[in-house]
Amino acid sequence: MRRSIVITAAVGLTMALAACGGGSGSGDEETTGAEETTEAGESAGTLTIWADEFRAAALTDIVAQFEEDKGVTVEIVEKNFDDIRPEFITQAPTGEGPDIIVGAHDWAGELVTDGLVSPVELGDVAADFAEVAVSAFTYEGSVYGVPYGIENVALVRNNALASDTPATFDELIAQGEATGAEYPVLIQMGEEGDAFHMYPLQTSFGAPVFATDESGSYIPELALGGAEGTAFAEYLASIGQAGSGVLDTAITGDIAREAFANGESPYIITGPWNIAPFTDAGVDLTVLPIPSAGGQPAAPFVGVQGFYVSAHSENGILANEFLVNYAATEDVQVAMYETGGRIPALTAAAEAVGDDPVAAGFTAAGEIGVPMPSLPQMNSVWAFWGVTEANLVSGVATDPAADWATMVENIQGAIDAA
Amino acid sequence: MKGRDAADTTDAPPPSPDEVAAAERAAAGRGTTSHAREMGPYFVVKLVLLALIDAFGLFVIFSSWQVEHWGILASMVAILVVVNWVYFSRRMIAAKYLFPGLVFLLVYQLFTMGYTAYISFTNYGTGHNATREDAVAANLAQNESRVPDSPSYPLTVVTTPDGELGFAIVDDGEVLAGTAEQPFEESPDATVADGDVTEVPGYDVLSFAQILEQQNEITNLRVGFADADEGSIRTQDGSTGYLYRSVLTYDEATGAITNTDTGVVYTDNGEGSFQAEDGSTLLVGWRVAVGFDNYTAMFTDSRLSGPFLSVLAWTFAFAILSVGTTFFLGLFLAIVFNHPAVRGRRVIRSLLILPYAFPGFLSGLVWAGLLNRRFGFINEVLLGGAEIPWLTDPWLAKLSVIGVNLWLGFPYMFLIATGALQAISTDMYEAARIDGAGAGRVFRSITLPLLMISLAPLLIASFAFNFNNFNLIFFLTEGGPNFPGSPIAVGATDILISMVYSVAFESGTQQFGLASAMAIMIFIMVGVISWLGFRQTHKLEEVI
Repeated sequence: MRRSIVITAAVGLTMALAACGGGSGSGDEETTGAEETTEAGESAGTLTIWADEFRAAALTDIVAQFEEDKGVTVEIVEKNFDDIRPEFITQAPTGEGPDIIVGAHDWAGELVTDGLVSPVELGDVAADFAEVAVSAFTYEGSVYGVPYGIENVALVRNNALASDTPATFDELIAQGEATGAEYPVLIQMGEEGDAFHMYPLQTSFGAPVFATDESGSYIPELALGGAEGTAFAEYLASIGQAGSGVLDTAITGDIAREAFANGESPYIITGPWNIAPFTDAGVDLTVLPIPSAGGQPAAPFVGVQGFYVSAHSENGILANEFLVNYAATEDVQVAMYETGGRIPALTAAAEAVGDDPVAAGFTAAGEIGVPMPSLPQMNSVWAFWGVTEANLVSGVATDPAADWATMVENIQGAIDAA
Repeated sequence: MKGRDAADTTDAPPPSPDEVAAAERAAAGRGTTSHAREMGPYFVVKLVLLALIDAFGLFVIFSSWQVEHWGILASMVAILVVVNWVYFSRRMIAAKYLFPGLVFLLVYQLFTMGYTAYISFTNYGTGHNATREDAVAANLAQNESRVPDSPSYPLTVVTTPDGELGFAIVDDGEVLAGTAEQPFEESPDATVADGDVTEVPGYDVLSFAQILEQQNEITNLRVGFADADEGSIRTQDGSTGYLYRSVLTYDEATGAITNTDTGVVYTDNGEGSFQAEDGSTLLVGWRVAVGFDNYTAMFTDSRLSGPFLSVLAWTFAFAILSVGTTFFLGLFLAIVFNHPAVRGRRVIRSLLILPYAFPGFLSGLVWAGLLNRRFGFINEVLLGGAEIPWLTDPWLAKLSVIGVNLWLGFPYMFLIATGALQAISTDMYEAARIDGAGAGRVFRSITLPLLMISLAPLLIASFAFNFNNFNLIFFLTEGGPNFPGSPIAVGATDILISMVYSVAFESGTQQFGLASAMAIMIFIMVGVISWLGFRQTHKLEEVI
């Protein structure tokens, strides 16, 4: 008999514990279960946003305001910027993902192809944004994000070492060498190359990565080959390690930043994210458009950052309300500028920070810029592109024309295979 | 009562007569009593632990039931039943010890392998990320666009007395109201304040809190006009309406999507996409089983098969050389510092195992910095500014990888070789010396064979580890320098696992299915080699 008492006690105990564990769950349901139609009752009224640490800090005030106005809870989950996209891709289909993520516009292709983000109707607010910002978030005809910041690279000059920047890149190199500084100009690349920072030089030879239609948006047809592309490849090799030695694959982002901050070069091609370390080091700097190397305008890539709404969000209304009526306001966009240094996408906010010469300089340099393509295949383009440029600069690739042609072939192959 | 005296030392209530009889039978039968049901202190501990496990299990079952993960639910139920049976049964003595190990084997090994194998037979990746249902919804949503140059309407969400949702909008100063079933009708008696509708006869206006309770229903609601071709009004934020037209319609019965503008019909092509007759597909697809496609792609895709062989050769070279160099350096040092004549052996031994204490990825990064061609410590300081391309010349990069792995790996070999050396009886050496054997002969005939008996399995494990030593390659060279002109982005120091990473994630779109198939192939390769290796080690034991 005692045996059965013990078993009964054990069962009773586990049941009691289970009841405790399950109790909180069923309690949640009761509080929101007034309407049977509410499918995911637990999450109604709670908005989850994934953002990296800088963006999360800039959003705090507006989130508090939103919570107060609407009587809802907003949960900001801080994540490493590079982790947001892969984690969103794997978690969103399970229904466990966030309602809103902060991300870059060139994620759009992949996220849309995976069916993970909802089109956002900006409505009348659309006209308040810089045109390039909205077009960057447009993929296959629909807008998929609310932009907040625009970034592009520009030429940054150390005023202590040079003034009167010349109009061509060759003259700039000559001027930089004449100053006696260790590097005439710094462009970060590393052993894997960095096609993003090298792009203004490439476009100045008239070899954009993809062809564009009349409206200026990309069509998926490679345009970086041909005579223009070859001319750029030869130019890269001529200023590389086997040539004049201006470029060097050993110059990584960290090394370039430190060298410029230490006054070892009069010029660097970099973006707004690096300005803070320079001013902290006491460099007196001016931000300028990039001089042309090949005769045509040196157009940098423009990157736009913004907010995406998950297609699996159960809080579509709340998310859109927050983005269109709260995040797309001047105060928020200025706050984001102050923490991240990216030029606000909202025109009014950009004007508000316009008297900052650094911001004005980057805006001026980006005026001729084009958005980075957001095709999902861009990942493979970046890999081949960067490595080939690195090989040209390091002198491993001895026949620039042939190596550049092989690269174009490989990129085309990767795009076709995907 | 002698059985009770031996087993029961607590002041538990006196047992019933048949319980005592059972205990005595057990004591007589096996010479021991079981803790399975005896009310001793161990039993209470066991009861508490099992209760906790059961509570946790029930929590998991409850949670998985809520999110409708039936697989997890079923396996958790099975595990719970078996746990309780094993630990409350008197007969399952062996299972009591084996069970925890079996559960971990199941969860951490078999499940992972099974799931990887399952993914390898699907087309999971960019464009095939979720279910068919999600893909249909995503395609429809992406192809529903706002009518160009249409105005925005101030909108109020309303509900009919019988709970049907609807919209009330203001169009040119006139209020229109309607539901999904009932197209917009003029509602002249409605009240408008500040441009927003606040009251509509025949409808109740929803508050913001009420709207939040049915967000999905409201964002999915379309209210049409009397003329159906005009499009329909929908809202994203509950306060502004826009006129939309949907280009695609989904037919539940045939499972096909039709483009109403062009009349093109997209049907399920069996490969996880909606395909039209001209071969064009809709953007979003879903995950389906594709059989052995991922496995055959490795050998038939010319972009992969070219670099594959050179990467495979280097992977074997790297794994074998890594084990060889670390083992012989470790063994050499172990023998040297095992000699009684060496002073300060303890201190030196502790210093030697220092590299072992660093995390591998950290060492990889540090060495990448040290070996940098232009700014690295080795070139700049030790070699007086010689720009030796340690990591960027194909052969030097291979040498550097082996060298850094030697630095990382020899302490482990040193440790295990020291341990094994100390286990060899000194009698053997004495006997050998009496027989007139020299130092070399002793090493070859006694030390090495005896060491190999205990070390060979560890060397095989080390081989398997280095075969997949992703951290070192990724942080030291990232697989570079890349093969110039190779159709996929792999390089001279890429091993199979880093090639998998580069092919499946870095170059182009994400291909989880292909990556899983390649991982399974690597698993089979390592498994076969290890199995052959272990078979050989049995022969070693017959040496002496």
